[in-house]
Amino acid sequence: MITIVDYEAGNLTSVRRALDYLGVDSVISADPETIANAEKIIFPGVGHAESAMKSLKARGIDKALKTAFDKGTPIMGICLGSQIVLTHSEEGDTETIGLIPGLCKKFDLQDKTLSVPHMGWNQIDVKHPHFIFKDLKAGDELYFVHSYYTEPSDKSMILATCTYEIEFACALGYKNLVATQFHPEKSGPVGLQMFKNFAEWDGSYAE
Amino acid sequence: MLSKRIISCLDVRDGKLAKSVKFVDTKDIGDPVEKAKFYYEEGLDELVMYDITASSDNRGIMIDVVDRVAQQVFIPFSVGGGLRTVEDCSKVLLAGAEKINVNSAAVKNPQLIAEASKAFGAQCVVLSMDVLKVPVSEQIPSGYEIVINGGRTPMGIDAIEWAKRGEELGAGELVVNSIDADGTKEGYELTLTRMIVEATSIPVIASGGGGTPEHMYDVLTKGKASAALIASMLHYGEYTVKECKQYLHDRGVKVRMV
Repeated sequence: MITIVDYEAGNLTSVRRALDYLGVDSVISADPETIANAEKIIFPGVGHAESAMKSLKARGIDKALKTAFDKGTPIMGICLGSQIVLTHSEEGDTETIGLIPGLCKKFDLQDKTLSVPHMGWNQIDVKHPHFIFKDLKAGDELYFVHSYYTEPSDKSMILATCTYEIEFACALGYKNLVATQFHPEKSGPVGLQMFKNFAEWDGSYAE
Repeated sequence: MLSKRIISCLDVRDGKLAKSVKFVDTKDIGDPVEKAKFYYEEGLDELVMYDITASSDNRGIMIDVVDRVAQQVFIPFSVGGGLRTVEDCSKVLLAGAEKINVNSAAVKNPQLIAEASKAFGAQCVVLSMDVLKVPVSEQIPSGYEIVINGGRTPMGIDAIEWAKRGEELGAGELVVNSIDADGTKEGYELTLTRMIVEATSIPVIASGGGGTPEHMYDVLTKGKASAALIASMLHYGEYTVKECKQYLHDRGVKVRMV
């Protein structure tokens, strides 16, 4: 059973529908106790880091996620949910949850013809093998829509990168946590495969 | 590097697929859910569904179509047609759409763009504009005018100005649909597309006139569009998504190959 964290940040139903399609049981919850005791957690999110943190704190979900993380619960952060597991975001100059030391920065590209947000399908370049990438092929593309990107303090946590003028981290792995900037729920069969992998993952990661 | 996107638009009337030629003479050509699923499996990058139902009594049918598509299609998809308020937009998003697509209603009430952008984020708001080529005038310096109501009502607004305004108000993407090219399958309006790309900094989806993969190549290179929208050439089975992508790939355009 996967618990999808609900904190009024974006459309959770698309994650739910993708899991339904795969036949993976899931529940949407905003209850900190349910989240702290979840078997597995997907932490999605679209929107603004500052308002997301406010909403999480008001519900006590930030602490519940920390508890779950410390217990070894497999957690997958997606998009905003992958950014605010770091310690700080430039978006609204916000202190974020801090499961992974590092920052979330805004794209500042030289080529002004490149639009921000970075939106559309782009290739990922896997740097560290991880169970989450099982059965993916080199050159597989995933769907992105974001204006900020993550920069973990420890570069060995970068599982995959993507290039949009600059090369940035698009998937992070640290212990029982994986965080993806792209949206598996909108990335066709490749994204569904990653959800399937997460559903099968035991949370272990040999660095 | 981002791939250029291939997007298809399904016009839906009373829950059935329809395709118009020059915005008139629409006829039913099948089940939109089946088509959406078929294109998804073929590697389509994004889907647009446009509700052209005339009677507001039948709007609920579209929500059901959106819901059924969202259960089987895992690529971004936007829904437009008849969205006049943030509440209308919220309904289609909850039914499973990723983005909302506003057109005439935004021309009549530009604040709709700002309100939707504030409520759901700019990435969620697509401004679709129907454009007609007209003589250059003081009012329409670019020679491209915004029209509404399915191309019937000229608004006296310059298309380039409207595109810029839309971006300022919070649109995250633009669909530029040439009424002159729509349904002709004779190629996109390259000049119009390029002018709007150069005047704005958000992705531009070219629409209207795509009849061959070469047309798509032209609008993605010379026209500088981020995405090409195709309808007739797919709906009538003249080309497949795969064929279009293979053609673009072979000519050096980066597209997502599946």
